[in-house]
Amino acid sequence: MPEVKIFERPKSMTDVSTHYCPGCTHGIVHRLVAEVIDELGIQEKTVGVAPVGCAVLLYNYINTDMYEAAHGRAPAVATGCKRVRPDLTVFTYQGDGDLASIGAAEIVHAANRGENITVIFINNAIYGMTGGQMAPTTLINQKTTTCPFGRDPKVNGYPIRVAEMLATLQAPGYIARVTVARPKYVIKAKEAIKKAFQTQIDGKGFSLVEVLSTCPTNWGMRPVEALKWLEENMIPYYPLGEFKLPN
Amino acid sequence: MSNRVLMKGNEAFAEAAVQAGCKYFFGYPITPQNEIPEYMSRRLPEVGGVYLQAESEVAGINMIFGAAGTGHRVLISSSSPGISLMSEGISYIAAAELPCVIINVMRGGPGLGGILPAQSDYFQATKGGGHGDYRLLVLAPGNLQEATEFIMMAFDLAEFYRNPVMILTDGFMGQMMEAVEFKKVKLDYDIPDVKEWAIGYMAERGKRALIKSLSLDPEVLEQHNQELQKKYRLMVEKEVRFESVGVEDAEIVIAAYGTTSRIAKSAIKRLREQGIKAGIIRPQSLYPFPYKAFSDLPNSVKRVLVVEMSCGQMVEDVELGVSGKVPVSFYGRCGGMAPSVDEIEEAAKNALG
Amino acid sequence: MPKGRIEVLEEKCKSCGLCVEACPNKVLKISEHINSKGYRPAEQYKDGCVACKMCAMMCPDVAIEVYRIES
Repeated sequence: MPEVKIFERPKSMTDVSTHYCPGCTHGIVHRLVAEVIDELGIQEKTVGVAPVGCAVLLYNYINTDMYEAAHGRAPAVATGCKRVRPDLTVFTYQGDGDLASIGAAEIVHAANRGENITVIFINNAIYGMTGGQMAPTTLINQKTTTCPFGRDPKVNGYPIRVAEMLATLQAPGYIARVTVARPKYVIKAKEAIKKAFQTQIDGKGFSLVEVLSTCPTNWGMRPVEALKWLEENMIPYYPLGEFKLPN
Repeated sequence: MSNRVLMKGNEAFAEAAVQAGCKYFFGYPITPQNEIPEYMSRRLPEVGGVYLQAESEVAGINMIFGAAGTGHRVLISSSSPGISLMSEGISYIAAAELPCVIINVMRGGPGLGGILPAQSDYFQATKGGGHGDYRLLVLAPGNLQEATEFIMMAFDLAEFYRNPVMILTDGFMGQMMEAVEFKKVKLDYDIPDVKEWAIGYMAERGKRALIKSLSLDPEVLEQHNQELQKKYRLMVEKEVRFESVGVEDAEIVIAAYGTTSRIAKSAIKRLREQGIKAGIIRPQSLYPFPYKAFSDLPNSVKRVLVVEMSCGQMVEDVELGVSGKVPVSFYGRCGGMAPSVDEIEEAAKNALG
Repeated sequence: MPKGRIEVLEEKCKSCGLCVEACPNKVLKISEHINSKGYRPAEQYKDGCVACKMCAMMCPDVAIEVYRIES
């Protein structure tokens, strides 16, 4: 019987095995970004900025022009590139340490200036690459290697809701929070990522998609278990939705 | 009609960059170089460029990283504490082999220090600053005219070597006003086409650009470092610059750069009038340092006196060059103080004993 | 009811199990054999695939290709 292939690797994704842990949601998000780049037909005009974190090797997986930025500085690097070459589609891909800790100033100011770039923010409530330390997004009572008794707000304050915080600024065009915990969420995540890139292409300002993600290895869980933990614990604190829409 | 204009140093530096085809500036205010971003914010729109005030020097140098990756000419300026903040970014730019020009208008340090001029960033510029085995090409102009020429040249040098070039000036130069003429300075170097490596030409080139500095495989990283070192050895071969005046028959040679060299030249004039044969070696490139100028001193030289607005930084390189042939003395003022002609004259006489 | 089948690119599979969990008709399982990296790849072990692509959507390694069988 004849058959039609209806799902395969996107063209902008390289055909290599990633270094990510089994079940790590980076792989899903990388694919969604590559699918969007393919669907918008912008592979040769897209520039990515890789972070410091597990996704430092992003450039091995997505085949577009790429920079590797210093830790936290991706929004500044993206700004420099986009200001000189506004014809290119520039995106950053950052984790919670990169964006919300060391890069807090850079993301706030890129958003505040309304830099016409797209930011994919991977929030997995922990520092993955360096072995599972506390992140600004680690939940209250969540245990990590640097808060072994659970995050105590009296010592470390409360987890930062980046999407809402940036949405208080006037300039940003599109800010959304999504997740990839189930297929239905994956579909919505892709829509948000596409909307974010379209916001840039339409010149409608800064766009950011926060993707609630898992880190099975450092959470000490199996991949499927980790997705469940995400749904039960992260979504209530970090609500899904669109916080800013382009005009 | 003469093209000489009376300009403030900082503004002359900025205009020189514009004349060299630099259309992009990312910087942050810090005394005593604020006129550079201010001038650029007015001037760059006139040439269809972009001025962006970054939220910090950290952000600024990373914007430079991004902008330099497109192959266009970019400039950032700051003063000592701001250069410290940029050190990480400078290391990344050197590692990724991107061209850019960085102007440091030095002020007193360490820490927040003071806002008056100093020369205490010599080590930072030539030996350290950021981490790793990299070098900056460092040019130290002696006056505003020379500064404009060095800055124009710096963009060519940066593109040829694919390396950051630093212009080391001080607060005097930034704030003083002198007549300058913007002459077209172009190096006769075979500069590679930026389209071979820059971001934004994926379709033309047939493959994507990757601007990075990470190499997890130590053999690859060592290889990369060796490529960088080859570049620096070429700089040492081709880019040594210095001025030598009155050294042929000198009994004492003063070594000084930047503003200090101008004060020293006045002291040398006075010493000569008193029958003391004094000369000056004025390094114009601090990296690569003109060691040979100091190792090739004529036999008449009995002593070298290094004068800096610091507690003694360039003196170490002078000592390396002199290699013990003659004693090397040091006279310095720091904290924002400048040595006077009297003081240098006195120091030279003391050095001769 | 559309019919489909999936193909697991075994050398890319890391045995994470997200596809097994996602399949609404439970036609996938982790196999007994191992790939060259030592992972046990997922496999479609019975009929019932409806080409919904949910397994492929969840796969972080793009290790699943989905085919719709034309009738």
